[in-house]
Amino acid sequence: MKPAPFTYHDPRTLGDATALLAKNDNVRVLAGGQSLVPMMNFRYAMPDHLIDLNKVSELSYIRVEKDKLKIGAMTRQRDIEFSADIGKHCPLLQTALTHVGHRQTRNRGTLGGSLCHLDPSAELANMAALFSATMHVVSKRGARDIAFADFAAGYMTTALEPDELLAGVTLSLPQKTQGHAFEEFARRHGDFAIVACSVRMALDAQGNISDAAIALSGLSHAPIRPTAIETALRGQKPDAATFKAAAAEAEKIDAITDAYVTTAYRQHLARVLTHRALEQAAAKTKENPHG
Amino acid sequence: MADTRSINVTVNGKPHTATIETRMTLVDFLRHELKLTGTHVGCEHGVCGACTVLVNGISARACLMLAVQCDGQQIATVESLATGGKLNELQQAFQDNHGLQCGFCTPGMLMTLTEFLRDKPNPTETEVREALTGNLCRCTGYQGIVDAALDAAKKMREAAT
Repeated sequence: MKPAPFTYHDPRTLGDATALLAKNDNVRVLAGGQSLVPMMNFRYAMPDHLIDLNKVSELSYIRVEKDKLKIGAMTRQRDIEFSADIGKHCPLLQTALTHVGHRQTRNRGTLGGSLCHLDPSAELANMAALFSATMHVVSKRGARDIAFADFAAGYMTTALEPDELLAGVTLSLPQKTQGHAFEEFARRHGDFAIVACSVRMALDAQGNISDAAIALSGLSHAPIRPTAIETALRGQKPDAATFKAAAAEAEKIDAITDAYVTTAYRQHLARVLTHRALEQAAAKTKENPHG
Repeated sequence: MADTRSINVTVNGKPHTATIETRMTLVDFLRHELKLTGTHVGCEHGVCGACTVLVNGISARACLMLAVQCDGQQIATVESLATGGKLNELQQAFQDNHGLQCGFCTPGMLMTLTEFLRDKPNPTETEVREALTGNLCRCTGYQGIVDAALDAAKKMREAAT
């Protein structure tokens, strides 16, 4: 028996789940289990209570409302990957998902599970940063919203209180976005990226950049939005010189180091991938001139 | 006191009722309780893919699911593929194309490809290789497995027309 003993709960409603979460100590919430169950098998995680959300059907949905994409925390990565609605309104999310684990893990893994596990290089966290996600958090005490930028409290640590769980996420889809790209470098397909960069971009009537957003993963404990680079891109021509300058700035962002990948290499990747993603996003604006 | 539950699971078309500890993984349930040892356990943390089974027709890592989560579900394992001792087209293609050497990864490869070829009957080599990224093989270098998948796809398409 790999995991240490726990008491298993499988509530059917969000209300029952939050009541269980408020009542018990040393609880873990089980979503798709593709990160938590390995941790329990290794006994890195030894909860006394496991609250399985897989039967809480109200947490699984995909809704497009004007310029908002609302996704339930328990929506499987597979369902996002194959959703026609998301293919139409947020195809970049599907591109990013093809880098998330493997078919078998996406079949079970959920959006909320990945965002709460919060691996620094997770592709879905990168998407939450790029699309300025709002995290809808629920507890027995009530509900609150947290901006994704504030949700990532530290290395693999969220701003969730012990009695709170993530119920859903809203991504902002700017109507004017015309081009986008996702680029990452990982040692093997399906691994967490060493560095990943996503971009969305819009051009004005003169063909200059009117809006640009960049999300970089793998440099810090959570994805970052280099707002100074984003601001500097506005009003510029979407050409090689502009992108080279932006990529050079990306290389100057401070980066973490670990036993496998140095700061200098991460910064090098930040430059290369930012450049590629900007070029690709700009190329896409030409295919999709009206947004 | 161990936390236990009674579950009803259909495995390869056959219903089973069992009382199990809630912390038991699906793969341990299949192997230890049902004695279906065709599903292999490699890494036990979701990396190698050897334990891949189908849950309601969708591939999943049996080491990352709890057996208790399979209450009321349909599970298909590698034991479901052959009929009356006769290999199915995919299994036969593995034999014909040297798709295995030691055979440890094979049950997971077969179940992953069973789902993949059902959803994509006419895949390219690149698509096959992408589908197999979640299954590790230490013997073959994958070429024989990819050949087997493409061969099986071709024969299954021919059989369907």
